[in-house]
Amino acid sequence: MANDRDHLQIQRRAFLGQAARGVGSMALASLLNPQLTRAGADASSGKWAGVVHPLHRTPRAKRVIFLSMAGGPSHLETLDFKPELLKRDGQPMPESFTKGQPIAQLQGQQLKCLGPQHTFQKFGKSGQELCSLFPHLGAVSDEICIVRSLVTEAINHDPAHTFMNTGSTVSGRPSMGSWVTYGLGSESEDLPGFVVLTSTGRGGQNQPIASRQWHSGFLPSQFQGVQLRGKGDPVLYLTSPPGVTRERQGEVIRSINTLNAMGPMAEDDPEVATRIAQYEMAFRMQASVPGLMDLSGETKATLDMYGTPGADGSFAANCLLARRLAERGVRFIQLYHRDWDHHGGIKNDIKLKAEEVDRASAALITDLKQRGMLDETLIVWGGEFGRTPMAQGNGRDHHIKGFSMWLAGGGIKGGTSYGKTDDFGYAAVEDIVHVHDLHATLLNQLGVDHKRLVYRFQGRDFRLTDVSGRVVNEILA
Amino acid sequence: MKILRREYLGVLVLIAMPLMKTKADETPAARSIDFNREIRPILSESCFTCHGFDKNQRKAGLRLDSRDGLLGDRPQGAKPVVVPGHPEESELFDRIHSDDAELQMPPPGKGKALTPAQVQTIRLWIDQGAEWKGHWSYIKPVRPEIALGGKAGNPIDAFLSERWNEAGVKPSPEAPRNVLIRRLSFDLTGLPPTPAELHAFEADPRPDAYDRLVDRLLGSPRHGERMAAWWLDLVRFADTAGYHSDNPRNIWPYRDYVIDAFTRNLPFDRFTAEQIAGDLLPDADTRTRVGSGYNRLLQTTEEGGAQAKEYIAKYASDRVRNASTVWLGSTVGCAECHDHKYDPFRSKDFYRFAAFFADIDEASIGARERGMPVPTGPAAQSVADLDAEIARCKAGGGDAGQVAVLEAIKADLLRSQPTTLISRSATPRVTRILARGNWMDDSGEVVQPGLPSFLASSESESRPLNRLDLASWVTSRDNPLTARVYVNRLWKLCFGQGLSKILDDLGSQGEWPTHPHLLDWLAVEFMDSGWDSRHMIRLMVTSNAYKQASRISRDMAERDPYNRLIARQARFRLDAEMVRDNALAVSGLLVEKVGGPSVKPYQPEGYWDALNFPVRTWEADRGESQYRRGLYTFWQRTFPHPSLMSFDAPSREECTAERSRSNIPQQALALLNDPSYVEASRALAERIVAEGGPDMPSKMAWAFDVVLSRRPSADEARVVGALYEKHLGEFRQDQESAKSFLGVGQRSVTSGVGIDELAAWTSVARTILNLHESITRP
Repeated sequence: MANDRDHLQIQRRAFLGQAARGVGSMALASLLNPQLTRAGADASSGKWAGVVHPLHRTPRAKRVIFLSMAGGPSHLETLDFKPELLKRDGQPMPESFTKGQPIAQLQGQQLKCLGPQHTFQKFGKSGQELCSLFPHLGAVSDEICIVRSLVTEAINHDPAHTFMNTGSTVSGRPSMGSWVTYGLGSESEDLPGFVVLTSTGRGGQNQPIASRQWHSGFLPSQFQGVQLRGKGDPVLYLTSPPGVTRERQGEVIRSINTLNAMGPMAEDDPEVATRIAQYEMAFRMQASVPGLMDLSGETKATLDMYGTPGADGSFAANCLLARRLAERGVRFIQLYHRDWDHHGGIKNDIKLKAEEVDRASAALITDLKQRGMLDETLIVWGGEFGRTPMAQGNGRDHHIKGFSMWLAGGGIKGGTSYGKTDDFGYAAVEDIVHVHDLHATLLNQLGVDHKRLVYRFQGRDFRLTDVSGRVVNEILA
Repeated sequence: MKILRREYLGVLVLIAMPLMKTKADETPAARSIDFNREIRPILSESCFTCHGFDKNQRKAGLRLDSRDGLLGDRPQGAKPVVVPGHPEESELFDRIHSDDAELQMPPPGKGKALTPAQVQTIRLWIDQGAEWKGHWSYIKPVRPEIALGGKAGNPIDAFLSERWNEAGVKPSPEAPRNVLIRRLSFDLTGLPPTPAELHAFEADPRPDAYDRLVDRLLGSPRHGERMAAWWLDLVRFADTAGYHSDNPRNIWPYRDYVIDAFTRNLPFDRFTAEQIAGDLLPDADTRTRVGSGYNRLLQTTEEGGAQAKEYIAKYASDRVRNASTVWLGSTVGCAECHDHKYDPFRSKDFYRFAAFFADIDEASIGARERGMPVPTGPAAQSVADLDAEIARCKAGGGDAGQVAVLEAIKADLLRSQPTTLISRSATPRVTRILARGNWMDDSGEVVQPGLPSFLASSESESRPLNRLDLASWVTSRDNPLTARVYVNRLWKLCFGQGLSKILDDLGSQGEWPTHPHLLDWLAVEFMDSGWDSRHMIRLMVTSNAYKQASRISRDMAERDPYNRLIARQARFRLDAEMVRDNALAVSGLLVEKVGGPSVKPYQPEGYWDALNFPVRTWEADRGESQYRRGLYTFWQRTFPHPSLMSFDAPSREECTAERSRSNIPQQALALLNDPSYVEASRALAERIVAEGGPDMPSKMAWAFDVVLSRRPSADEARVVGALYEKHLGEFRQDQESAKSFLGVGQRSVTSGVGIDELAAWTSVARTILNLHESITRP
């Protein structure tokens, strides 16, 4: 029962410390939840330090930047070249592939092959093969590992996103960013540990993204992702009311905290100390978030490298913000580009998308590398699924049996590729990587054993990887 | 994570053990071990995964989840698992205290290792005769003798006293009246007391003043709204479909049905039947059909490319998860892919449960449904009159033309009325057992509706069972779960946490209740009372235990940090809706209207930007709809209102039996800057100026009275006074700022005082509304 004793110590300290001194905060907020005590609570700083203490293994990354290409990028026009499919363009898709397999909008239709709509070329010393529309990514191809054998379990966007983010298609499970901040805590003093940014593209099929995708599910709300927004308040309710200057806001908050500290509940209730700390944090965020979002201090060279004129809410601007968040110690940064659902007109749409993401994603790698941060930052790029080798008009349908992603930094072996699909790009056939495996690998790089990061809910120990998951050691440096 | 898990177990064991005044080093040999309290949790946690109910995972053919498995015969030559009185002869004990990695159980490396204390407990249990009992919540509750011979007035106090005496602790003194009325008002109506109510109660000399207060609050329509907000989380009520485009659906009349049910204190068995089978009842009418909208509350999709068959399977499991959690407090959902690991639910039970709902007429994907018209207000009367007239015509053999005209008038009238999704029974879809939950696998056995086989028999019925049968069984004496589940949740509303703390799982992995006799007594009382919710709530809030102060002494904070002895009341943050309602109430903005279409309070611009198909914008309501209680807020599942969400309101995608109660910076930002709260601060300031009396001290006293139900201390008055003076000076110099500050919100300023003075009071009001105490149930 040593842990219970620790626990009581914490509470005793709360009494002795007295609320006004702002001791303890997070630690004390969690007194009633045994799963939140012990390791996670750093009573001296009031910061959530995570439950994984010490780390299960030597970490290779301190943080994750997950670039979510929502809608499902075609692997066949980005990362997985299929000459055989080109040859068969317009011919019937062999039934041996598709019979009895899940299918989305092509239900009941004739299935014909659609050859790759763009050429591919080899890049870098490693000779990685990428679609020619992605020259900037090509230029850093020696840093990235392409995985061409992803599989997932849900064929419609909404459940597929939920699966990619939470490891389950059932709503209400924590997203990976929440798991990571629960496990590792945040390094930032004045920003949340898990931050999400979204952007749209120039197509007409921008995917709806539910706030469920960054929700903490059954984990406590403090691990929920916080959305940063390109327009309006960068964080909801961040701006003081009109007519209330920062000084006036500060005076109100000081009065609130003073009254909280002298009120009748302060003496025996640790929640009061937490409340005080949260108001202090809120006040700090009111200054730090606008500072974070203000790109005017970035050089022209940097802005050009990412391809953004400044904070314009674009994917490019968000990539630059991702670097700034990484610098400030945010643990999990997730960027959505919402416009990858190319049921029709894929040839032109992919070109537009490449223009929107190629330069910026590559710049993020280059920029982090220049700043010596790439080694400690794991970058993942990919969608919730891929697209069919079969034509849907002049586009492609949703596809879950084989698709591609790339990873970089954070202990990933650059300049390599892993896994294969068949000659048609239909099914992953070699070194298959399931979404659970991706999650296991991601946690592994952060120093966490995916089987040991668990949370008890409804009588069961849940984890991000459910009951499976394999660390893909083959792609690790 | 082993450490964390052990700790958790440790806590469970700590809780499970009687909190005697024992020192850790005293020998526990005298302790009598109860199988369900101490042994089953250990076996469930560490052994059942491989030696439990799921036959596909069972190792060595050994079960530890049944009496037979533990105490029955074993194959020839095998050592008995447990020999009562003889640990050394028991294979179980051998294995759990073995040092040999080959023999040791649980196997090393599984992360399930027993602590020495647990091994010792099992040894003691065997020593003491290894008495076995079925899982407590699966045994029908019988009314226990009231402890202490029922000497204390309220049986709840009798049961609690027994534990206090055992543990040698004393209950807390009664809280002062201002705290009592505040606590009661929030718990029963979700709103704070008005100063008039407060002072009347404080001055009421009658011995039954408290009981009168309870009756008044329970009889208020605000009570129906408060209980509805709680129930709507359980059944996952929302205004939108949930998946992908998350489009609106017509369902709000169901919310009003729930409010009405609690306001009129509909017996819970009837409430249950109306929701699960309101369309099948012999006396089905519009109201019960609206109640049957329960079956339509699940998440549905309109996404292009969705496969009907897949979603039929998803919807089936969604309904099983919800109904089994809401009424049975069971995780039947775990049996979708395999037999349950901890509780005796077979996979077949899951699919038979699902089959109860297979008759619900619905489009699996795509099609939007208008629903049944629900005439309201004067239209309801007109429809009733028309029906009577039509019936009269028909009975009198009247002319068909006249009937047709009347029917047409009625149809016309109904077209203008709100509609709501309801249950309609159609030819049932075929339900099969899906191996590993795979919807593409057609090889599984076809099943008919059936009750969980270890709890009830469905075989003797000569006709197929339907939803009405399910509802009847759920609230029958044969079902050991529902009454316990329900009263345990009511207990949480009144005391801050359940007697069994895990509100959505009373199964093997749930928590052994701190007061099992009390829980059973309450469950039986609930059934005997005719499933009378209000009776149970009254019983709880009129107990002395409820009236205790919530102050924690240092001694008790150490001895009982989690308050499992209930020797004090709990203090906790208000639920999201109450945080809003409280601000509206004290500022005088609240519009106390019951029901109607969901409303749209202010929401930050662009919050819905990530919605699509179609793109939508949130238009804040104008006029009285802007100032309604939180439970009427339009509930967009994929983007619930951010101000409510920051205070832990759930998305209502799945059943929420227990909201988390977090304390995060987003709450400070919302309370400080959300225009709803800024406007409420200004409206409160206008009240302070108009109603607070002639001078500064009286105004301040008035404000504290309204918001906190108490007077300010001298120190507090100094802090508030200093802020007022400072901001008064500033706003006097900076009238533009004062003007824009006061301009937040739709309601125009009506106060006649200078804007500098009003702005300074608004700063004060904002400060008081942001206090921890303001958003805490005391």
